[in-house]
Amino acid sequence: MNAYIDVSWPSLLIAASLLIANLVLSAVLRLGMGRRLLVAGTRMVVQLVLLGLVLEWVFDSANGPAVLVLGLLMGVVAGVTAVRRTSIRFPAAYLDSVVVIVTTAFLVTGVSVLGILRPTPLWDPQYVIPLLGMLLGNALTGISLGLDRFLTGVLRDRTRVEGFLALGATRWEAARDEVREALRVGLIPTVNSMLVMGIVSLPGMMTGQILAGAAPGDAVRYQIMIVFMIAATVSTATFGVTMLAYGRIFTSDHRLRSAGALGIELD
Amino acid sequence: MAPPVDQAPILTAENIGCRLDNGWIWRELDVNLAAGDRAVLTGPSGTGKSLLLRTLCGLDCPDEGRVHHRGHPVLDQDRPRFRARVMYVQQQPVLIPGTVQENLELPLRFDINAGRITGDGTAAALLSRLGKSVEFLGQRASVLSGGEGQIVGLVRALLLEPEVLLLDEPTAHLDAEATECVEKVVLEWVDAGDRAVLWTSHDQAQVQRVRRGPSIDLGSAS
Repeated sequence: MNAYIDVSWPSLLIAASLLIANLVLSAVLRLGMGRRLLVAGTRMVVQLVLLGLVLEWVFDSANGPAVLVLGLLMGVVAGVTAVRRTSIRFPAAYLDSVVVIVTTAFLVTGVSVLGILRPTPLWDPQYVIPLLGMLLGNALTGISLGLDRFLTGVLRDRTRVEGFLALGATRWEAARDEVREALRVGLIPTVNSMLVMGIVSLPGMMTGQILAGAAPGDAVRYQIMIVFMIAATVSTATFGVTMLAYGRIFTSDHRLRSAGALGIELD
Repeated sequence: MAPPVDQAPILTAENIGCRLDNGWIWRELDVNLAAGDRAVLTGPSGTGKSLLLRTLCGLDCPDEGRVHHRGHPVLDQDRPRFRARVMYVQQQPVLIPGTVQENLELPLRFDINAGRITGDGTAAALLSRLGKSVEFLGQRASVLSGGEGQIVGLVRALLLEPEVLLLDEPTAHLDAEATECVEKVVLEWVDAGDRAVLWTSHDQAQVQRVRRGPSIDLGSAS
């Protein structure tokens, strides 16, 4: 079980035609999802083709610095995108997010590469890049959900937070509920997917491995490993970004900074 | 020459000023609250009355000048303790989901107030003086009127036995009868110990009734 059937470029048109049928339906019924699907679909194709080219080059050259640069680039994009998806944000959050997501994803990838997979060389892009990509993608979602929940909770509901402070709460006591909520919300997708994994959903990576000819048992062990890694990365990254935001919006004398002082415009 | 610390007023602020983007809201303001003072703070809307109360309790930081508590500047780490002593009661006090009783106990969640209030009937006694029966304690906070919310906020603050109350239009949503009760309770509270109140009001008649000591008018300060 190691051969797999090649998907040719022309044959992708068959897959695309299914989507095009939906676009036509949307246009006829004026459902308004045509444009967005078209843009998203086109972006997906362009991004993946470019990725394919980059990966083939990195895989062929297989040198450490190239893998590192690609990984950092992916991390920066993930960190920035995570913050851009929140409804309230402040400039310093971008730096916080990039630093946290790169640190945690690299750390967890490092542990699995050094401790579990041990490829030669250790930076073998065939392992490092897909692992890193999955961690970053999931951390991105966790951070954007968690940070959005935290900032919305504290800044839109600042009367409540300041009411707590006025009653003698420390900044941590005033923010604790919001931090807890941010972690809960940030981890919802990860926890939900773990709960139904293998029952409702066949995980994408496992499916891919099986399609590519791996034995299901092997694919399952890979999947379990990656889910543990994802859960660890998402929790740590969400908590890290939330705590850094906490440090920035509260002062050492237990005040909540004004939105203006943080560079946030609230409507 | 500053008075010795043990005789210092409870709360002082010298030459404080606060600024927004387009200039000073107020500046060169002196506040002096000594034991027994029933100070009033007046001024039209938008002159920064709430901002001054927030600054005095340290929810906002003055752009110039400092606030002193019994002659000492307040250290960063002592801020929660200071706020539990110099208590700002928001015009619309924060209410958490739950009953009135649970809202009165909210401050106990914070370490600084640990072990302060108990179910010894003080709350019920205070509430009855403000025209509320014992059943009020079991009411859901979500169904309270604006005025009832203000009463909960005031009682919650009184139960913590602060030294200074900073009251932001505490009777804004109350009828004449309830207003009279609130004034009576607060004024008696001031006289019962080493305490002071700073009271903001739009109502000149109330200012006359309440005031004994300093008066700050932000309408004429700028």
